[in-house]
Amino acid sequence: MNLRTLWRKLINAVMFGLSGGCTLLAVSVLLFILGYLVWQGGEAVNWAFFTELPRPVGETGGGMANAIVGSAKLLLLAALIGIPIGLLGGIYLAEFGGKTWSFLLRYATDLLNGAPSIVIGLLAYAVLVLPMRQFSTLAGGFALGVIMIPTALRTSEEFLQSVPRPLREAAMALGASRWKTIATVVVPAALPGILTGMLLGLARIAGETAPLLFTAFSNRFWSPGWSQPTASLPVMIYTYAIAPYEDWHRQAWAAGLVLLVLILIANVGTRFLLSRRTPWERL
Amino acid sequence: MSHLPNPAAALPKSVSRKGNTAQVPAGKTAPKIQISRLNLFYGEKQALYDIRLEIAANCITSVIGPSGCGKSTFLRVLNRMYETIRAVRLDGEILLDGENIFDLDVTSLRRRVGMVFQKPNPFPKSIFDNVAYGLRINGYKGSLGEAVEKSLQRAALWEEVKDQLRKSAYILSGGQQQRLCIARAIALEPEVILMDEPCSALDPASTARIEDLLFELKERYTIVIVTHNMQQAARVSDWTAFLSQGRLIEFGATEDIFTRPQKRETEDYITGKFG
Repeated sequence: MNLRTLWRKLINAVMFGLSGGCTLLAVSVLLFILGYLVWQGGEAVNWAFFTELPRPVGETGGGMANAIVGSAKLLLLAALIGIPIGLLGGIYLAEFGGKTWSFLLRYATDLLNGAPSIVIGLLAYAVLVLPMRQFSTLAGGFALGVIMIPTALRTSEEFLQSVPRPLREAAMALGASRWKTIATVVVPAALPGILTGMLLGLARIAGETAPLLFTAFSNRFWSPGWSQPTASLPVMIYTYAIAPYEDWHRQAWAAGLVLLVLILIANVGTRFLLSRRTPWERL
Repeated sequence: MSHLPNPAAALPKSVSRKGNTAQVPAGKTAPKIQISRLNLFYGEKQALYDIRLEIAANCITSVIGPSGCGKSTFLRVLNRMYETIRAVRLDGEILLDGENIFDLDVTSLRRRVGMVFQKPNPFPKSIFDNVAYGLRINGYKGSLGEAVEKSLQRAALWEEVKDQLRKSAYILSGGQQQRLCIARAIALEPEVILMDEPCSALDPASTARIEDLLFELKERYTIVIVTHNMQQAARVSDWTAFLSQGRLIEFGATEDIFTRPQKRETEDYITGKFG
């Protein structure tokens, strides 16, 4: 073996080791977080955690039922804002937007995507909390919905654009107008992908904390309706984790575990649904 | 087109046909499509030059020519599919049964002039829904089941798929998918079917089936087929048009074009000297 070959093999081994090591590092972060959460939070997750309200300071036990429901309500509101705007905007960008206009819109959504979530929280504070003179589920859901829009929009656009042109032509050659082609062929064909994008967007905002601090605020009790402050899992984690009580720390771990598991289920669930039907790629 | 119950009869009024058999001189069939002075430009570049052509009813007319000669573009003018591409300009006159196709509503034109594409392109839907698609979006009032069965039978696919109509169209082979696309096109009872190299993605056996099918279909429909396979043009068509660099070089009965071409260019092409 001459020197060149040896050198080439060495480079190969080093690069393989480097890339493999970095992959391992990336995966191990997730595994570490998961493992640590299960270890620390596992014992605090019990039936009461899902059914009871938080206990007053000093009493041990209790749960975060109000935060789970609160998070669900916030996500519902956010979905009601983010999904329609994201889908319709994505349809516009993919199917109708001209060159300049599309470029500007795309750029704007990318900027919005890069905006710190706390700034979007401030927006919700200014347009909803101040006029209503009250923290509310509404304001929190609005902030989360705005954060979701760019992800929802761009994934919708991408999946719509990946629908092959011959499918559109087939519909139009049968006398379908443009919107009919979109509604009956393009959107259904892209739906699995769009759905994943939406769920990933929801998963992302499910863990947002900063924009909720001064919009939904927090609540130690149930929050009926939409116009009162509400508890949510991320904010509970924040409050409980920095509190000086041992029992609260354990509950914060539990809340983290529950949140992560819920997001993982949503994630894996969509991947599963998707793998079952990706229409034209199976050809 | 009157010997079988016509699903198009159940379509809304705007789809109704305009027969012109009364004007046909005895012993001679009027052309289904008359094309005159057709010029087409992609931006600054001219793609078709002064095409004049008459397409006979209930015949198969094939369009042959080297790659990039404009034969697909020409086909896409006939159902105005070229309009889906930006920056295309066109002048000239195309009459379908005496009506200018540019005066017709584009969706009703496309119901009358169906199209089958180069690669089979079934929708990601069930076999049934694929065939029913055109009828559904055009507000068909009759029995979808009957119309779908009839179309599949005419496309010689019914026997193979009758037990799996609810399954995805993607379980079918390429040749079956192309016949499904033909069934989808004829479900609307078009008058003309345009085919853009319908066999180029298929194996010889599937190609033979589709060619057999063409003979049956021409009794009912007028067919214009673009092909780069000259044997295919010679086998299936009654009339052949030879296009080169956007110009119609020669047009005539297929037999004449392939045995006694008038132009040197045509002869060179069909004998394989160029293209």
